[in-house]
Amino acid sequence: MIAIVDYGAGNISSVKKALDHLGAGAEVTTDPVTIAAAEKLLVPGVGHFSRCQALNTQLRKAVLESIANGRPFLGICVGMQWLFEGSSEAPETEGAGLFPGKVSRFPAGVKSPHVGWNQIDIGAGSRLLRGIPDCAFVYYTHSYRAPVIGETVASSEYGGVFSAAIERDNVFGVQFHPEKSGTIGLKILENFCAL
Amino acid sequence: MPSERLTKRIIACLDVDAGRVVKGVQFLELRDAGDPGELARAHAAAGADEIVLLDITATAEGRKTLIETVHRTAREIFVPFAVGGGIRTLADAAQVFEAGADKISINSAAVAHPGLIAEIAERFGSQAVVVAIDARRGRRPAEAAEVYVAGGREATGRNAIAWAHEVEERGAGEILLTSMDRDGTGAGFDCELTAAIAATVSIPVIASGGAGTPQHFLEVFTRGRADAALAASIFHFGTHALAGLKQTLVEAGIPMRWPC
Repeated sequence: MIAIVDYGAGNISSVKKALDHLGAGAEVTTDPVTIAAAEKLLVPGVGHFSRCQALNTQLRKAVLESIANGRPFLGICVGMQWLFEGSSEAPETEGAGLFPGKVSRFPAGVKSPHVGWNQIDIGAGSRLLRGIPDCAFVYYTHSYRAPVIGETVASSEYGGVFSAAIERDNVFGVQFHPEKSGTIGLKILENFCAL
Repeated sequence: MPSERLTKRIIACLDVDAGRVVKGVQFLELRDAGDPGELARAHAAAGADEIVLLDITATAEGRKTLIETVHRTAREIFVPFAVGGGIRTLADAAQVFEAGADKISINSAAVAHPGLIAEIAERFGSQAVVVAIDARRGRRPAEAAEVYVAGGREATGRNAIAWAHEVEERGAGEILLTSMDRDGTGAGFDCELTAAIAATVSIPVIASGGAGTPQHFLEVFTRGRADAALAASIFHFGTHALAGLKQTLVEAGIPMRWPC
C-alpha cells in the first residue's frame, strides 16, 4: 500500500486519481500508524511552505522513520521542498533536512509563479526517471525552487537552473506535478510504484 | 531574464450545459459526441496543454449535474483541469475542487465580492485561482477597455487594466482575458489589449476570444505577450488541426510542448 500523506496541502485528489488509474493501491491518510505500516510514502503538496508545519508537528516522526527503514518516499512540489533544510517562503518552518540547501523565490524580474510546461534535463542513472526521454515536458506551478545539488537527477531552466528532481537511495522528490504531466507524468509515477 | 523554455500553452475550452458539451464537438466521431469526459480525454491526447470546462448552466438542477460532470471528467485526464461558470462562494469553489478540478475560474462573483479571490487563494493557493475578465473596448484604445459581467450582458464601469492589477494584488494566480469584441469572430485575438494586461501584471495571462487561424496564435504569443491561448473553435478543425497548430508555432520559434 502507498500512503498519500494528507497534511492539508491540497492536490490530494489528483495524485490519488493518478495512482488509481495506474492500479496502485493508494490510501490517503493523516494517521501516523497507517504511515508507519505503508510500503511507500507519497507526500504531495501545492501552495505555501508554511503548511509543512502540520507535517512537522504531527507526522514528522512517522515519515522520517519510514524513510530510515528504507521505504520508498516521493515528495511532490512542496513535498519535495520539505526534504531540504527550509524555505525563504516560511523561514520559521523547518524542512526535513535530508538534502542540503534551502528553497528560495525566483529572482525579481522573472514572471512568477512559474506556471506551465517546461523541459527537464535528465542526468544518468535515475531510477525514478527510467525510460523518460531527455527534454521531456512536465507541468509546473510554483514560485519557489530548490537549488541544483549533488543529488539532482533532473533540472529545468526558469530564471536560472533549479532542481526538477532529486534522488538518493529510497528518497525521491520532484518539483513538477507528475499527476498533471500527461503520459510522461504517469510513467514517472509508475516507476515509483514499481520500486 | 529569459525563460525561453517555458512553453506557451494551448488551452481547450469545453462549454457545458447540463452535463453536455454544447459546442466544439463536430470534429470527433464519438459514439457520444457531447460527453465532456470523452472530449476532454480526446483533447488531452491530441496535445491540448490544459482543459477548461466552462459551465453555462443557470439552473440549480444543472449545478448538481456540473459537480458530477467535473468528477467524471477529472477522472479521465492527467493534464491541468480548470472549471468555471457560476462559482459564487468559497463553498462552491470547494465543491468543484473536491470533484477534481485543479483550478477554478471566477468572473462575476469576483467583481461583486473581490474578497472572494483572497478567500479561495488562502484556502487552495493562488495557483488554483483564475480570474476571468471579459473586456470590451470597441474602437477605444486598449487602456480604456471596460469589464463586463453576467456573460457579457452587464457593464461594470471598471477599467480592465486596473481590475487586472487588483485581482493580482488580491491573490489571483492567472488571468483569463476574453475580448468580447473578438469573441466568436474568428478575426484574431485582441493583441493590444492582451499586451496591455500582460504588461500590467506579473502573473500569467491567458488570451481568449477571436482564434481563427494558427497565425492568430502566433500573433498573440508574440505581439500580444500572452502566456497561453484558449479556444473552443480551433477544435472544430479536428485533432489534426491541433497538431498542425503546434507544429506551425514550433516552426515559427514559439516554445511549445510538442511533440508531447
